[in-house]
Amino acid sequence: MAELTIGKKVNRFFRRKAPYFFISPFFAFFLVFGAFPIFFALYLSFHDWNGIATSPMVFIGGENYWYTLTDPLFWQALKNTIVLTIQSSIPQHVLGLFFAFVINLGFVKYKNFFKTTLFLPYITSTVAVSMIFAILFGYPYGFLNYLFVSLQKLPLFQTIFNWLRLDPPLKWLGSASLIIPSISTQIVWRWTGWNTILYLAGLQTIPPELYEAARVDGAKWYQVFFKITLPSLRPVLQFAVTMSVIGGLQIFNEPFIMVGKNGGTGRAGYTLAMYLYQTGFEWGYFGSAAAISYLVFVLIFIFSFISRRLLRSEEGVS
Amino acid sequence: MRKRGLFLLIMLFVVASLGLEAAPKTKIVVGCFPALDEAYAAVLPEFYKKYPQIEVEIKALGFDDHHSQLVTALAAGEGAPDVAAVEIGYVAQFVAEGGLVDLLKPPFNAGRYRDGVTPYTWAQGMSNDGRLIAMPADIAPGCAFYRRDVFAAHGINVDDIKTIEDLYEVGKKVSKDLDGDGKNDTWLISDASSIAWMIIRSAPELYFDEKGNCLVDSERFRLAFEWAKKFQDDGLAGGIAAWTNEWYVAFQTGTVAYEPSGAWLGGHLKNWMAPDTAGKWGVTEWPALRPGEDRMAGYWGGTFLAIPEQSKHKEEAWAFIEFITTNVNAQKTCFEVADCFPAWMAAWEDKLFEEKMDFFAGQQARLLWIDIAKRVPEVITNRFDSVANSVITSELGAVLQEGKPVERALRDAKTQIERRVRRGR
Repeated sequence: MAELTIGKKVNRFFRRKAPYFFISPFFAFFLVFGAFPIFFALYLSFHDWNGIATSPMVFIGGENYWYTLTDPLFWQALKNTIVLTIQSSIPQHVLGLFFAFVINLGFVKYKNFFKTTLFLPYITSTVAVSMIFAILFGYPYGFLNYLFVSLQKLPLFQTIFNWLRLDPPLKWLGSASLIIPSISTQIVWRWTGWNTILYLAGLQTIPPELYEAARVDGAKWYQVFFKITLPSLRPVLQFAVTMSVIGGLQIFNEPFIMVGKNGGTGRAGYTLAMYLYQTGFEWGYFGSAAAISYLVFVLIFIFSFISRRLLRSEEGVS
Repeated sequence: MRKRGLFLLIMLFVVASLGLEAAPKTKIVVGCFPALDEAYAAVLPEFYKKYPQIEVEIKALGFDDHHSQLVTALAAGEGAPDVAAVEIGYVAQFVAEGGLVDLLKPPFNAGRYRDGVTPYTWAQGMSNDGRLIAMPADIAPGCAFYRRDVFAAHGINVDDIKTIEDLYEVGKKVSKDLDGDGKNDTWLISDASSIAWMIIRSAPELYFDEKGNCLVDSERFRLAFEWAKKFQDDGLAGGIAAWTNEWYVAFQTGTVAYEPSGAWLGGHLKNWMAPDTAGKWGVTEWPALRPGEDRMAGYWGGTFLAIPEQSKHKEEAWAFIEFITTNVNAQKTCFEVADCFPAWMAAWEDKLFEEKMDFFAGQQARLLWIDIAKRVPEVITNRFDSVANSVITSELGAVLQEGKPVERALRDAKTQIERRVRRGR
């Protein structure tokens, strides 16, 4: 009798504690690879360290922050990053919403085919992508330049190009004014599918009754879109935009591969993450690099806070 | 009882033979990038003959990945190879950051090889406080590859290009607008920045003088930027970036007639960039900056071998480095396999370097490279070289692509560099 009670107690104990045991690996890894670097970087940002394990770290207070905030390169990188984030985010969401809306329409067939096609860029290897874009943006014989030079022979396009002061062949990755649009194009191409899938998931949670009621009331498709679809999508929109802001402020791969570690002509494609990388890993100021990472963190915090505020649902629930 | 004795005897044998088998064999890891891995692998059989107790594992990563992985490993204090290849573009960075052993100290005593190594490249491996952080393995004498057929068609004799002014005049002849759209379709050079680099890299002072004063607003930099700008503005440069498809096409079709580069480009041209153009190429020295001066001689690449401080087998690592860098046969093998031009001067005596090269229409190009290598001045290195390099690269781009005035670009460059230097660490 007594044995049974103990057995029961043990059993109950394990049943209660087992879940914690099973989720513990994640937290163990998180402590080592997530939490530790976060706090170590904070510690590091108040020190001078050249990035060699054996050399000492010297406490220098807020000098790293002061140096970074007074560094013209930081401000240039910040400006580039914000412009790049805006130029690459807006098309992503407009296109993503549009595609999601179209795919979600009842009469559209082959939905899975379209979904797969749109999502494909997201999972394509970076190496293959950068090779294709190198061919696309090549100077002077790249595909886009071939297109532009051919179009220029038509009077209509000649006028447009003259008006825009474009003189093909264009140095897509060589002239400062074109670097950010070129990089944005690749980012938009890669992330549109991701946003489409997010919005599609959001669309499918909207009760069909709302649409039916609208149809009964004789609403036009744009009225349906702006009065029903968009407001119902607010939580998804909020999530997707915040993710874009976070991703945009940390953008590194695309500009690094397309214009190189110095950010191309006049550092037009030099982002905050590239500034951080070069400061730490090339110039050996690991303390400064850690300070930059914390400044970027503060910026991300502020910008995602703003974007959440702007897109907050009317009821205040998200 | 007898059985047990036999059993013991056998056991004894087994243990003894295992013990012999496990004679101490030290394994070292050599971290490098292609095509060095092929070159070093080809040297290994001979290395093993001399050092049977050392086992070498060659680990190659992509060019950029190899170097960034090395930086990370040095910061982590673990994971670096015992021997690390460092390309010239990264040497300054490692001089500044540390983490590599001083090869002049015992037990390495690399100083005794000083006279055998090409002087300028030895200077590149030295820090300005007198440490040798990397041993020169191969060098890349700067030269220019030119199209014999294009020059002949325009009646140009390459020996007449004595100064950069002459080069500019030749450029005007070969850069032509073929389809009448107002833009040139053939050019002298692919990218105008190579004109500037030619001038910058052929002086004994790179970005700083001996006292550490920043020199980027000196007359030499002004000339370098202005000449590059002149080549660019007058349509003599194609604006084609290196390592792009357009670059290879330009070599295949001859739309670019003159390419300043390192000796290594010849191997790439012959093997994969433009193999069908064999016999149409020639190699020449760079022109002089001003009339009456000597021709410019500089470098365009080069590799060094270093030992990270964290290595546990430094002596074995040094044995490998010593073998690769100071053994004539090893240097020759590396050259034959992967076009690594020997830094060890004794290797130049070999018949191999007198060969008439078919790709260059029978020219004895290797003798020319040796001659250039001897003339490259010993450069003064500085721990802020990598910062300066990054700043100059982007300012040069702004001058060439955006029309930024040269004076302002150099002034901005100096401000940016001195801002880092003043910080002092």
